[in-house]
Amino acid sequence: MTAPVLSVRDLVTEFDTRAGALRAVNNVCFDVMPGEVLGIVGESGSGKTITGFSIMQLLDKPGKVKSGEILLNGKDLGRLGDTELRQLRGDRIAMIFQDPMMTLNPVLRIDTQMIETILAHRKVSHAEARQLAEDALAQVGIPSPAERLKTYPHEMSGGMRQRVVIAIALMLEPDLIIADEPTTALDVTIQSQILFEMQRLLSNRNMGLIWITHDLTVVAGLAHKVAVMYAGRIVEFGPVSDLLDRPAHPYTRGLIDSIPSNASHGKRLTQIPGMTPNLLNLGKGCPFRPRCPRASDICASDPETSSTGDGRTVRCHNPIEEGLDDTASAT
Amino acid sequence: MLAYLIRRFGQSLLVMAVMATIVFFGLYMVGNPVDLLINPEDDLAAQEAAIRRLGLDQPIYIQFLQFLKGIATGNLGVSFVHNTPALELILSRLPATLELAFFAMLLAILLGIPLGMIAGLYPSSPGSRVIMGGSIIGFSTPNFWQGLMLIMLFAVFWRVLPSGGRGQTTDLFGIPVSFLTLDGLKHLILPALNLAIFKIALVIRLSRAGTSEVSLQDYVKYARARGLSEKRIVGVHILKNILIPVVTVLGLELGNVIAFAVVTETVFAWPGIGKLLIDSIGLLDRPVVVAYMMLTVFMFVMINFFVDMAYSMLDPRIRIKAGKS
Amino acid sequence: MSAIPVESPFRRFVEDFVRSPTAVIAAIGVLGIACVAIFAAQIAPQNPYDLAEINIMDGSLPPGSVGFDGFHYWLGTDEQGRDMLSAMIYGLRISLSVSLIAVGSAVAIGMSLGMLAAWSGGRVEAFIMRAVDIQLSFPALLVALLLLAILGKGIDKVIIALVLVQWAYFARTVRGAALVEIRKDYVMAARCLALQPMRILFGHVLPNCLPPVIVIATVQVANAIAIEASLSFLGVGVPITEPSLGLLISNGFGYLLSGRYWISFYPGVVLLVTLVCINVVGDHVRDILNPRMQK
Repeated sequence: MTAPVLSVRDLVTEFDTRAGALRAVNNVCFDVMPGEVLGIVGESGSGKTITGFSIMQLLDKPGKVKSGEILLNGKDLGRLGDTELRQLRGDRIAMIFQDPMMTLNPVLRIDTQMIETILAHRKVSHAEARQLAEDALAQVGIPSPAERLKTYPHEMSGGMRQRVVIAIALMLEPDLIIADEPTTALDVTIQSQILFEMQRLLSNRNMGLIWITHDLTVVAGLAHKVAVMYAGRIVEFGPVSDLLDRPAHPYTRGLIDSIPSNASHGKRLTQIPGMTPNLLNLGKGCPFRPRCPRASDICASDPETSSTGDGRTVRCHNPIEEGLDDTASAT
Repeated sequence: MLAYLIRRFGQSLLVMAVMATIVFFGLYMVGNPVDLLINPEDDLAAQEAAIRRLGLDQPIYIQFLQFLKGIATGNLGVSFVHNTPALELILSRLPATLELAFFAMLLAILLGIPLGMIAGLYPSSPGSRVIMGGSIIGFSTPNFWQGLMLIMLFAVFWRVLPSGGRGQTTDLFGIPVSFLTLDGLKHLILPALNLAIFKIALVIRLSRAGTSEVSLQDYVKYARARGLSEKRIVGVHILKNILIPVVTVLGLELGNVIAFAVVTETVFAWPGIGKLLIDSIGLLDRPVVVAYMMLTVFMFVMINFFVDMAYSMLDPRIRIKAGKS
Repeated sequence: MSAIPVESPFRRFVEDFVRSPTAVIAAIGVLGIACVAIFAAQIAPQNPYDLAEINIMDGSLPPGSVGFDGFHYWLGTDEQGRDMLSAMIYGLRISLSVSLIAVGSAVAIGMSLGMLAAWSGGRVEAFIMRAVDIQLSFPALLVALLLLAILGKGIDKVIIALVLVQWAYFARTVRGAALVEIRKDYVMAARCLALQPMRILFGHVLPNCLPPVIVIATVQVANAIAIEASLSFLGVGVPITEPSLGLLISNGFGYLLSGRYWISFYPGVVLLVTLVCINVVGDHVRDILNPRMQK
């Protein structure tokens, strides 16, 4: 059995605000195997992006990993010094940011930004680095890469820029890529192009990928496993098709039902009532309780994560049992 | 780019013309040009001869045209005191001022940007507080008093540096400069520092504000995510972004440096155009004053022009906009 | 109607202001300096320009000396035997009054032109704003210096020069603020009611332009003091009979090299403290008013 590329154990990330400690990531556990794509799904504020930055050890102040382990190939990133972390970032673990318009430095040319990344990690000549950068651009489907290298970011479209960022991520063959909503800021057509490109690029590589998104349909096409996050916790985890077919957590069910589809044409779209909770005053009990159609008295205590077999876990007192219940999500 | 350059150049010419008009009619409105341009110590016959020679008996519009012609041909009158053409006199003193201004700017950049970036990167450290406190004082104290205090400390109490003058000069491409000899360098330090203090304070403020803003940008975080060294992030990614506003303001301040050189040169007896101006005002050598005015106007217009050009070179986004419009 | 007590903007401003200890100290400093200047004749131990009170025998005494007839010179004397402390108190008065009158006039002229530009638009606006641009592209000190080179020395002329170099700041600020105001519905409503333009401008638009003007005026007072001091130091400012702080420093310049530092040093310290206090207060007022202006 192969060892996971990334193994996150009981990760807790907090922001010390004036109003108290805000627990943005709460006891999160998951593994990513080589060649595996893990989708992390959730609404904004669910802690999925913070999870990504916690793994990179790049949290903005006052955010801090309070406890837990982040093992990259068995090495705990939380215990590494700044230099060792710097050597890993961009080389063994790469990240793709959400908004390609803001990601690349506007006053530096593409070649500068690509070559500096290579030179930070590899002892190669400037010319070799340029060749590597050019190849990487060609690989992500950028036409005439040699010329493109000499342009500034603002001379490219958003989709092009995101391809550049993907090229930079793949360039040094990392073990793990964390993609934080990389297609959210793009047009739908560009989005699907990028997704297609991603699938193609991943197929013959052995790298792990974490794809953070709020869009279940993206996950359905790309990921092998899905973690659904709510209020900083993973509320449900499992293989993608299984989980989407038979969601056990009422929140997952709500997310699936709120996707518009042909079947629901003409009907009112279902939605999850209420709003995402304020992490500062969650109170005791299940955080989804106020919006949950299946809430009962027992939900006043916080549910534990329990395994339901087939590599699936759910964190709910009243999970949806198979075949028994599909009225759960009505209104 | 070329169209932009030409249009911008045309604007500069227009401002020059407007300023020349203001200076000319300013002389008429404020006082009798005869008093301004003619040596009052000459006898009556000599004055009348001078009036005719200078064309002051002609109608105003002809005089104005002649004034413009004088500007275009570089003929701005003859100094009463030195009895040499005013423009020539000023140009002979210009290198000293430019040397001073250049080193002041250099100090402002070399000291101001690093200090400002430190204050921006570590805003709550004691060092940053000291830097910011120093910059407020640097901003608030009048230039001339700072100069006096420098003289008091370094020339009077500690006796390590000379209090004034240019020291030994050597010729560089036929222009006398101070910074190539040890003696000249010693003479240069205090005046250059004096002229620079205000700019250092300004650059500190700008770089600090820029650094704290740029550090929060996604592209800086992304640079970290790519495993770049902190040295490269600060020295290239942040520095290059804050350079744009700093260079713009510093360029615009170049004119101010020339203006404040008047004060510094007076304090340190530095024989540049500023000292010449003050001496000429004191000696009522008005052709020199008028020539100084026109030359400064010219310099200012040119500086503004070149700053705009430099700005468009540094910021690729502007270049595009300018090219499209 | 509502039971909630309405907080007056002024009170909120004061509450915000006292939150910064530095600003409070600076504000107290400004008040103290103003009091010293106003009551100069009462506070100063000597009238430094009454020749009967000055003893030439006491010339160039270092700080703390006791004079020929038992007078205690806390900060020493200048070459003519004037008590430096008294000379500085009187000098402060001249420095402050020159800059206050100048900034006051610059505010009046600049505001009028700025509002005129905003109200009339078109050619009038273009002309005024072009003049502002040109004015602001030249350093204030240089313009004032060259103007005084033509006009000659004198307090009135220094004030004219200061007004000339400062009006443009106010014109630009007021025009910007007034343009925002004029586009608002209430001005349209007032216009529809056929109110006099003067009444709309001064009764409705002007009060809303005041916050930025106050901020800039504070900073410009400090600037005016510094420019006046520099001009006087260069010998084109106030006349020798009415010495400001700048002229006092200038007078001491010649004695600096022979070690008699106090003639230049102490007036400079007063100048420095005055300017730092005003600038700190100005910075803080700007920080408080800024977010509201953006709202």
